[in-house]
Amino acid sequence: MKILTGNDLKSGAVTWWAGNGWSLHVEDAVDVGTDAETILAREEAARRVVSGYAIDAEKTADGVRPAHIKDRIRAVGPTVRLDLSLKPADPAAGNWVI
Amino acid sequence: MYKYDQYDQAMVDARVAEFRDQVRRRLDGTLPEDKFRPLRLMNGLYLQLHAYMLRVAVPYGTLSSAQMRVLGDIADKYDRGYGHFTTRQNIQYNWIKLEDAPDILADLAKVEMHAIQTSGNCIRNISSDQYAGATADELIDPRPYAELLRQWSSFHPEFSYLPRKFKIAVIASATDRAAMRLHDIGIEIVRNEQGEIGAAFYVGGGMGRTPMIAPCINAFVPLDQLITYSEACLRVYNRYGRRDNKYKARIKILVHELGKDEYTRQVEAEFAHLLSQGIEPPLAELERIKVQFADPAFETGLPDSVDRSDPDFAVWVDRNTAAHRVPGYAIVTISLKPVGGIPGDATADQIRLMADLAKEYSFDELRVTHAQNIVLPHVRKADLYALWTKLDEAGLSTANLDTIGDIIACPGLDYCSLANARSIPVAQKISERFAGREAEIGELKLKISGCINACGHHHAGHIGILGVDRKGTENYQLLLGGSEGADTSLGQITGPGFDEDGIVGAIEKATEVYLANKQGEERFLDTYRRVGMAPFKEAIYG
Ligand code: SF4
Repeated sequence: MKILTGNDLKSGAVTWWAGNGWSLHVEDAVDVGTDAETILAREEAARRVVSGYAIDAEKTADGVRPAHIKDRIRAVGPTVRLDLSLKPADPAAGNWVI
Repeated sequence: MYKYDQYDQAMVDARVAEFRDQVRRRLDGTLPEDKFRPLRLMNGLYLQLHAYMLRVAVPYGTLSSAQMRVLGDIADKYDRGYGHFTTRQNIQYNWIKLEDAPDILADLAKVEMHAIQTSGNCIRNISSDQYAGATADELIDPRPYAELLRQWSSFHPEFSYLPRKFKIAVIASATDRAAMRLHDIGIEIVRNEQGEIGAAFYVGGGMGRTPMIAPCINAFVPLDQLITYSEACLRVYNRYGRRDNKYKARIKILVHELGKDEYTRQVEAEFAHLLSQGIEPPLAELERIKVQFADPAFETGLPDSVDRSDPDFAVWVDRNTAAHRVPGYAIVTISLKPVGGIPGDATADQIRLMADLAKEYSFDELRVTHAQNIVLPHVRKADLYALWTKLDEAGLSTANLDTIGDIIACPGLDYCSLANARSIPVAQKISERFAGREAEIGELKLKISGCINACGHHHAGHIGILGVDRKGTENYQLLLGGSEGADTSLGQITGPGFDEDGIVGAIEKATEVYLANKQGEERFLDTYRRVGMAPFKEAIYG
């Protein structure tokens, strides 16, 4: 699947296109098919997102998993500071990255 | 320490107001991202892997207690309670919100700090010896010259859009603690045969994808022509540096392609021309600066001995203090490399504590080192135990300076959007694996970069590690034999790379070869240079 990611313009937080808005959680990401450019152009113009780009991902039992390790780290947070991640209570969150 | 005059302050305040307006216009839609991006970068604000990242300039690594305290407060107020000290003697915050950036810059401006020229193709923060003004082995204090260069290079209209970024280091000791020859310009203050003090210029060094050791292009430039000569070096580069190819745009490529002699000839011609233009700052300005770097009120007649009855303290004294030029004082390095920790990171509380300790024990002064540690330059030996006790309570007493645990590691793929692989987890594993073996293995500088940009100085590590992307997985190349000191050399790649666990095992084997072959007091690097790569390779891959 193709999903969209970028950073929230104001906060800089990593966000994922969820179909009707942006989510902090990669599991909310939806397949955008061939609409990536249209959606990004509209969302960047509306100043909701910055540095947006489309990536490959797959749907797994654990949710949506970006194909590249860089985007998996973006989805979780620094693997060396999981206390700052979106899953601070999950000590295994880092394993999902590798 | 240098204090801003009204011009410095007015420039920094004006920049804060200007950036506040630019951010407002970005947020209200009148300034699009493609116009805004270069403006935010000029103010040190990057967009990194997880958020905006702000890089704050620490001129030649020197901080007052008040400045350090504000750095701690910013970490709490605007970030997530910590900061990262970098190999450029700066500090970075990883979780900045765009809307907060102008307020942060305003807080910094109140203590004479900013983030100007910490990004972009301009002259970056001037780096220097973290022991400047304190060490027994320096000729003169290099900081007034570093400050003069800072003023000259700040907002220099001709050099604001160079072909590529530009880094200058100034030292005044034969012991190079600033990786001087791996800078675009390395300036070493020297004494000539007539006993006069001048500057040797080393031009065209650097790390990155094409590492080069800077050749000396002029062994003695009179100090009252320092700026003029620097200007000549930059002018030739600005004129002929490759703007067509980012990977060939650094001055090292120009010096290499022209050849040292031809580059030097052109610099000398430009220098002769510039001398007739009278661009050197007036001596009075240098004197004004020098006064601000006058010695603090050192006491005399202090005891020079240290009570070493606490064995842990004695180990720390031996490892983390250096000789001061004034009897009864020592230079203290606070390691930001606890076992298994993140190199260069410090919590807001630790940053404020170090500020307080500098106030109490080190005449209000701190230094950031390019090895990502903090120095208290002027501590009375009689105060060392009290200082160590307080550091120990805060987890800041790790006794590992210049050993295998004192790892330089760039942020790597945990934070950096340019990275190929993570650096920090590798540093943590190595640090844990070798904890407690510092005395046995001795001096060993280990440096890790998460990509070829080499922010982690891997080329200059006795052991260097470079993270690469091998078909989407992290892979680590091993280099041996680099050095950044007076004996600068570039590390050589051992062979095929390793995964995260494999690289730790390879380092274990490399240290075994060292210990088996070591003669007398040889350091790892000395043994490597004597026996060569072969036995290491055999042990690692055999
Ligand atoms: S070396 Fe590469 S990964 Fe490391 S901080 Fe520099 S650009 Fe980022």
